[in-house]
Amino acid sequence: MSAHIIAAIVEHKPGVLFKITNLIRRRGFNISSISVGATENPNLARITMVVEGDEATVEQIAKQLQKIVEVVKISRLNPSESVIRELLLVKVHVADSRARSDILGYTQIFRGRIIDVIPDSMIVEVTGGPNKINAFVELMKQYGIKELARTGITALARGEKV
Amino acid sequence: MVRMTGAKALIESLKREGAKVIFGLPGGAILPVYDVLYDEADLRHILVRHEQCAAHMADGYARASNSVGVCMATSGPGATNLTTGIATAYMDSSPVVAITGQVPTNMIGRDAFQEADIVGIMTPITKHCFQPRSAEDIPRIVKEAFYIASTGRPGPVLIDLPRDIQQMEADMEFPENVKLLGYNPKLDPHPLQIKRAAKLLIEAEKPFILAGGGVKLSGAYMELIALAELLQAPIGTTLMGKGAVPEDHPLCIGGVGMHGGVANKVICESDVILAVGVRFSDRTTGRFDSFCPEAKIIHIDIDSAEINKNIRVHIPIVADARRALKAIYDEIIGYASKPSVRRSEWIKRVNELVEAAKEYLEHEDGKLTAPAVIREIRNLMPRNSILVTEVGQNQMWAYLHFKVLMPGGYITSGGLGTMGFGFPAALGAKIARSDLPVVDLAGDGSFLMTEQDLATSVAEDIPVTVVVLNNGVLGMVAQWQRLFYRRRYSHVYLGRIPDFVKLAEAYGASGVRVESLNDFKEAFAKALKSDITTVIDILIDPEENVLPMIPPGGSLKDMMWRR
Repeated sequence: MSAHIIAAIVEHKPGVLFKITNLIRRRGFNISSISVGATENPNLARITMVVEGDEATVEQIAKQLQKIVEVVKISRLNPSESVIRELLLVKVHVADSRARSDILGYTQIFRGRIIDVIPDSMIVEVTGGPNKINAFVELMKQYGIKELARTGITALARGEKV
Repeated sequence: MVRMTGAKALIESLKREGAKVIFGLPGGAILPVYDVLYDEADLRHILVRHEQCAAHMADGYARASNSVGVCMATSGPGATNLTTGIATAYMDSSPVVAITGQVPTNMIGRDAFQEADIVGIMTPITKHCFQPRSAEDIPRIVKEAFYIASTGRPGPVLIDLPRDIQQMEADMEFPENVKLLGYNPKLDPHPLQIKRAAKLLIEAEKPFILAGGGVKLSGAYMELIALAELLQAPIGTTLMGKGAVPEDHPLCIGGVGMHGGVANKVICESDVILAVGVRFSDRTTGRFDSFCPEAKIIHIDIDSAEINKNIRVHIPIVADARRALKAIYDEIIGYASKPSVRRSEWIKRVNELVEAAKEYLEHEDGKLTAPAVIREIRNLMPRNSILVTEVGQNQMWAYLHFKVLMPGGYITSGGLGTMGFGFPAALGAKIARSDLPVVDLAGDGSFLMTEQDLATSVAEDIPVTVVVLNNGVLGMVAQWQRLFYRRRYSHVYLGRIPDFVKLAEAYGASGVRVESLNDFKEAFAKALKSDITTVIDILIDPEENVLPMIPPGGSLKDMMWRR
């Protein structure tokens, strides 16, 4: 079992996301993350999914998704040939000035940004691949994470491939 | 552009798509459409007595006519009653367009009277669902619905029409063409795969052709026979493929699967399997992991998602069955040496197996058993005729004992296994092919599920013959309980209720009970000629099993020939 990335270009119509998630549910597959957003074409949306499963399962998901009438294109993204990004927002507890300067330092190292500050907590924004996000979340645990939100990944194939 | 209401545009569009008949039942949310139908002379409406039957009739009509069947119901319970029929059509890839009324758009989501989220309910059991939010979209949507239902791998499509959209007037434009970004069925096979398949088939010593429903859907029976004869390969069919080729052809050796016959033995000995228009259902293959592990498999299917879904195959060909078979044939013809000479040993072996299996299918002469009845049905029905079955023992007896002689002359609920399908599907088939005798082979359990549409058959003058193999039990369930649950007959006794003769007569149909094979022959011959529907009630032994069979969870090798 490993994680696979499926990107779907779909017609921007009501009910498409329902169809996709319902199909994945009905065939007994698992989604670990899904993100939806606009594309260069206002009539089309891009859905990026991370699904768990062996090669045969993922191949089957991709083929079943392709059958949905509003699905224009399904691609499987190879992680080593793709740009993969995820956005993290994390609200961290700040106990003292020492903690504050540590968090600021880590944020700088991870090329993140401080979005909001109040005396005893701050919100940090970090983007990157899932491993980088995981590492940052691990670091923040020692200070106490009050709230955390991840968007799930979005991705594009590198180079000329579309 | 023409100004008209959405309801009028719907009916106009249906006619433009070639629809001749609608099977339906009106209700509040679809009234504007029914009001248009009141004046409609060119589109026949068949009033059903239960919406499930409307869906099955449209399905039977579609299968018998190779065109799209149309059914219609109101919102809420009318729409949900269609679902069993739509799910049946979906599993068997039958082109049906279902039209449902819906509450007005400003009421959607407010739990209005007779509101059901039918798009949500139907999405997993349809190829596509539409819910027009503007009347002017209706002509385009109907066009797209028929196109999606009937092309590629066919299947049902839903159009859910809110009542205000039916009433709304708009300037209508009726498009000639369909443009769908994400839907483009691939019909032509890849030439390289055809070459590889041809080579494998030529080199095969013991080739086998497994023909499924896709052969019927693409009308490929001539191409299939030509290739089988060229290769000298025996043809076995899946349940959905039964009748893909006339079963008196010497190379056609019957059905494969849980209630297959000798073809199960033959396929296990083959070294190359050409599977065409099949989806390797568990009822066909038995255990997936032990399905012909030694054989190389070529799989032709128009639906790429069927490739490697249940069975890993060696050469996938995503294409229309007819085109792919023709391409393989042409490719093989191009080779200098034809394979047929080397195959004499294989054919000899196949014939040996066929001969050896015959004794298992023989039954005592003259006794009123299900196989004997089915043989008499075959003898008395003309070559060109349609047998529809219900689901259960009746269906599997027909699978084993009824030889289909007309391509497409066998209609059955294969994938979903819907009891109650047969009778309404027979009515739909009869509407499509009023020139042919149509017979529903039923069990008492199945027939009871949709018998109320005897009223439709009488009122609308659709004469079919219903042969009820009446054993007073849910026969197939009882058989499993007998064989695998130590005869613990849990909740299967039906008690031979009702009296089917009186039931038929109550509807104004004709009913007859037979107690001997000779009586049956007489009654059946008369029924075929009758201009009203006849129900023939045959009391058979509840202990009779359908054999051979593969026990649940077994593989094709584990056939049980006798109790």
